Amino acid sequence: MSTTDKNISSFNVAQIREDFPILNEKAHGKPLVYFDNAATSQKPQIVIDAITNYYSHYNANIHRGVHFLSQKASNAFDDVRFKVKHFLNSRSEREIIFVKGTTEAINLVAATYGRQNIHAGDEVLITAMEHHSNIVPWQLLCEEKGAKLKVIPMNDAGELMMEELDFLISNKTKIISVVHTSNSLGTVNPVKEIITKAHSKGIPVFVDGAQSTVHSIIDVQDLDCDFFAFSGHKMLGPTGVGCLYGKAELLEQMPPYMGGGEMISSVSFEKTTFNEIPFKFEAGTPNIADVIALGFAIDYLMQMDREASFNYEHELLTYAMHHLSTIDGVRLIGTAKNKASVVSFVLNDINAFDAGMYLDTKGIAVRTGHHCTEPVMTRLNIPGTIRASFMFYNTKEEIDALVEHVRKAIAFLKPQHA
Amino acid sequence: MKTITELEQQIVEDFELFDEWEEKYQYIIELGQKLKPLAAEYKMDGNKIKGCQSSVWLNAYNEGDKIFFEADSDSTFVKGEIALLINVLSGQSAEEILSNELGFVDRIGLRQHMAQTRANGLAAMIKQMKLYALGFQHKTA
Repeated sequence: MSTTDKNISSFNVAQIREDFPILNEKAHGKPLVYFDNAATSQKPQIVIDAITNYYSHYNANIHRGVHFLSQKASNAFDDVRFKVKHFLNSRSEREIIFVKGTTEAINLVAATYGRQNIHAGDEVLITAMEHHSNIVPWQLLCEEKGAKLKVIPMNDAGELMMEELDFLISNKTKIISVVHTSNSLGTVNPVKEIITKAHSKGIPVFVDGAQSTVHSIIDVQDLDCDFFAFSGHKMLGPTGVGCLYGKAELLEQMPPYMGGGEMISSVSFEKTTFNEIPFKFEAGTPNIADVIALGFAIDYLMQMDREASFNYEHELLTYAMHHLSTIDGVRLIGTAKNKASVVSFVLNDINAFDAGMYLDTKGIAVRTGHHCTEPVMTRLNIPGTIRASFMFYNTKEEIDALVEHVRKAIAFLKPQHA
Repeated sequence: MKTITELEQQIVEDFELFDEWEEKYQYIIELGQKLKPLAAEYKMDGNKIKGCQSSVWLNAYNEGDKIFFEADSDSTFVKGEIALLINVLSGQSAEEILSNELGFVDRIGLRQHMAQTRANGLAAMIKQMKLYALGFQHKTA
């Protein structure tokens, strides 16, 4: 406790909140309590300003023009690749590919590496708690190739049943794609252990870092994952931009994803030769403004005391889980030992959507439903949950408001004749 | 029997009493809590409406040239919305159901509080009710 307390006292949430202008907004005339951070995070002013500055002062297409603005935009854009390299600790900036987000990164790998290496009778291994984005691209690939999608099961607490892994990995397994942190349950999966096991059989591993990147230090060399992806908008950056990390030796062997400008070396009607990585995978004019703004989001995170922010978020998580669990009629969903700051819960006899709308009338933003993880809900035999997900700019006072209004929602919504 | 337009006007006037979204929400929940549950035999897949975030079952029958609706949902709020639609459409003729635009949904400010998918759910309910009316019209033509 003492070390945690020390970290929290050194973590100045009031000061942090000043960086996020939206936190002063009202919702239905009430102070906004934003607990939908797992869907998308809010943005600090420097990220918002970066977009305006780019369009106001140096908007130009990159890598093509000889002129002043194009040089300036190209430099700003190229710098971000180095920032991401540093942020993920990859060996080289050539291993960083700009994409729209995690979904596109998974589709890219499934359509290139997957199509090249997975054949009839082969197997793709995922987990029981994948987001639909890490199910459907592999399913499409398996259908196309006559391959099989296999699933690492989870227990009632929402933890992977790692003892099953040895039975699920076989010489037919061609890739393992796992979610680092579950968006609907908050479970942090033992990806390093999975990677070590997979590599002992020569199987590459894709790690979906959409939820983990803002809540933990990512070191792709330490993880030794073969692919890693994150979405900018879930880590203080803008929507429409994300990154795929891939080991250079794999990326070099993979065919291109989309054809177009930038990704080519030379084009004739007889034959096109492709550019080197990472450009081979970046066809067309990229999302320049948002990539530049993503760079500012990374700057913002890197200048923070991240360990203190993780400890603070953990404190918010345990505080919320403790207080919600004391309410009669609340059942917490996802009680893994290793959890990120996501609390999912259901209410006895009360529809999650109705309760979510009740909270909305009080200015509290949560998400309800299956959170794009329908198989998780099926596994746990529930239609959906109410999910509150926290970021380091949230406060215990906001959690108090959530707890108070969950109590009131239960009183208001409980069935009349129950 | 009041016309659809008169019934819509009544709902619009009821909602004018509310200043806050919170009050509208509470009123719709109360309507949902009062809606008669649908008999289990009608809660089958064939009666389920596609396009709603929550499960919605809709059953229709006719008495003479009037069409009646009964419905249920796992969400009380959605039941409240259904109650509004049933209040307006149930007991009307197929012609009246089909010719009415149901502008009250916009006028009571319900749509502005809903994400597109939710509004689509409401639209799906209205569409299904109109399809029943259309089917009845064809059967009796």
